[in-house]
Amino acid sequence: MAKILIANRLSDGLVVFYAADGSWVESITDGQLSYDDATADHLLAAGLADERDNQIIDPCLIEVTENDGKLIPVDLREVIRAHGPTIAIDRTI
Amino acid sequence: MYRYDEFDQTLINERAIQFRRQIARRLAGDIDEDQFKPLRLMNGLYLQLHAYMLRINVPYGCLSANQLRRLAHIARRYDKGFGHFTTRQNIQFNWISLTDAADIMVELAEVQMNTIQSSGNCVRNITADHYAGRARDEIEDPRVWCELLRQYSVLHPEFSYLPRKFKLALTGSPHDRAAVAVHDIGLRLHHDIRGRPGFEVIVGGGQGRTPVIGNTIRQWIEPRHVISYVEAILRIYNLYGRRDNIFKARIKILVNAIGADKFRKLVDTEWEQIRDTDLQVSTAEFERINAHFLPPDYENLTDQDDELATIRTQEPAFDAWMCSNVAGHKVPGYAIVNISLKAPGRIPGDISANKMEHVAELADQFSFGELRVNHRQNLTFVDVRQVDLHCLWKQLVALELATANIGLASDIITCPGLDYCSLANARSIPIAQDLGLHFTNSGKLQQVGNLTINISGCVNACGHHHVGNIGILGVNKRGKEYFQLTLGGSADEHASLGIRLGRGLPRAEVPGAIERIVDTYLATRLDSETFLSTYERIGIEPFRKAVYDPVNPSRRVA
Repeated sequence: MAKILIANRLSDGLVVFYAADGSWVESITDGQLSYDDATADHLLAAGLADERDNQIIDPCLIEVTENDGKLIPVDLREVIRAHGPTIAIDRTI
Repeated sequence: MYRYDEFDQTLINERAIQFRRQIARRLAGDIDEDQFKPLRLMNGLYLQLHAYMLRINVPYGCLSANQLRRLAHIARRYDKGFGHFTTRQNIQFNWISLTDAADIMVELAEVQMNTIQSSGNCVRNITADHYAGRARDEIEDPRVWCELLRQYSVLHPEFSYLPRKFKLALTGSPHDRAAVAVHDIGLRLHHDIRGRPGFEVIVGGGQGRTPVIGNTIRQWIEPRHVISYVEAILRIYNLYGRRDNIFKARIKILVNAIGADKFRKLVDTEWEQIRDTDLQVSTAEFERINAHFLPPDYENLTDQDDELATIRTQEPAFDAWMCSNVAGHKVPGYAIVNISLKAPGRIPGDISANKMEHVAELADQFSFGELRVNHRQNLTFVDVRQVDLHCLWKQLVALELATANIGLASDIITCPGLDYCSLANARSIPIAQDLGLHFTNSGKLQQVGNLTINISGCVNACGHHHVGNIGILGVNKRGKEYFQLTLGGSADEHASLGIRLGRGLPRAEVPGAIERIVDTYLATRLDSETFLSTYERIGIEPFRKAVYDPVNPSRRVA
């Protein structure tokens, strides 16, 4: 199963994903997928290096499925991290 | 309400400067996350699922209109335009940038608010009866003691690294609206047989994965000794509380392990050493603080029962609101008004910046510019003239803040759950939304009457599920959300813990199960019996059958 590297950005805490160019991006769609252990290990090593470099916090690999071009984490907790609360936030409340 | 003196203000101002430097060191990489985390937590800054979450203290629930306006400004400028009131009378913002956190502390300090010790293993925000100083049944106003204990416990060097977090709650009324029996220390003001006011001291209560109703270790203690007695308790806990296992570190575990009698003896021995020291509250010190809690400038009014009765007859919606949301006031001609943040389908405890500002205006207009946050995640105006009730209600209706459901089945306590919280196993807010709509659409709210439904998204029990008449606990089973129901909990002066009904249910089955529980109650209650009274009379089994075996109600269900 495909994996993607997720973390929280140190400066604002937002959920970010590791991209192919080595940057951290807010959209899961722009994150780099790994389909094998070697790539996953490479991603995690890069994430841990960026954590030591004080860019991000708690990098970890999560499993994702691809459905019509949309990336959906397997674990509900990570779905919510990637796509936000499942409840409609009504700012007129 | 209490206003900071120069010492409070200096401390809060300096704290913001200190935190700004700590954040700068973290961003520069001078300290790592392991070093920074305890510092940010002591300032109420968590890292949750989506971003940093900032928890701001509302001391014993007391808030001024101007403070609420500042919270609205913070919501709008630094977050997504809304805030969330919690079961500890605090407010949380969910998308706070680390780079803004010190600026927010400065903004809060300007209106005499802070985030100190809203997290971490220390004495947390002290909570109290939200009707304090106004309730008709109140014996003594606990807020002076709340403030004295707040000043005593903030940045206390001996108690900054307790084994675990520590929560105090106070009430001065026989009817407990502050859930004092499920706190690390609960203090209940009452009179002894000679009519002297004093505190009953309840220790070792709590919820979480090991729910416990606290033990009364002293029936009555003179108020001037309450700080030294609390210090004795904290010291014994600090010395003997476990630090090797986070799940066994709360004071309730210690009290349970050594027994309440032995714990009391340890506390009393310690207390004898310190009771007559400077910890004793002098009359002058009491009066200094009490001056902040003198009653507002009430008019000489009379109760308006007859006048209100006429309007209530003409306007059933106003009547329903009066029945559920308005409580008696100890001063003739005044009333206590609860503003529900539980409109059907809404997120319990959430309020937008715009509405915060409107509520602040109404507080200025109708309640001496002050309000309370209560632990059931609603707001309260404690000083409304009865002649203004109809006018206030109409303005609340226009703001969609006049939901008439305080204490009813749709007034649901809900933790943020898995939609926000990094500790949660399941989503609790959608369940509350489902149930709120379900009860409102069923038209049974008034018929069912008072019923507390409390929902937590994990065993940490921030949604107080153990003490809900109906408790709902979200769990994760093989990656799927399930919800366990408990019945028979109560957080009042007859506090009790709910009993688990049976196996967990998927989300879709929860409203139906709650409906069958409520229908069982309606079918078996005698006269005006409450849900809890019916439950205590008939036991859990009829409810169990109704939920798990509705087509064979005579068959025993394991």
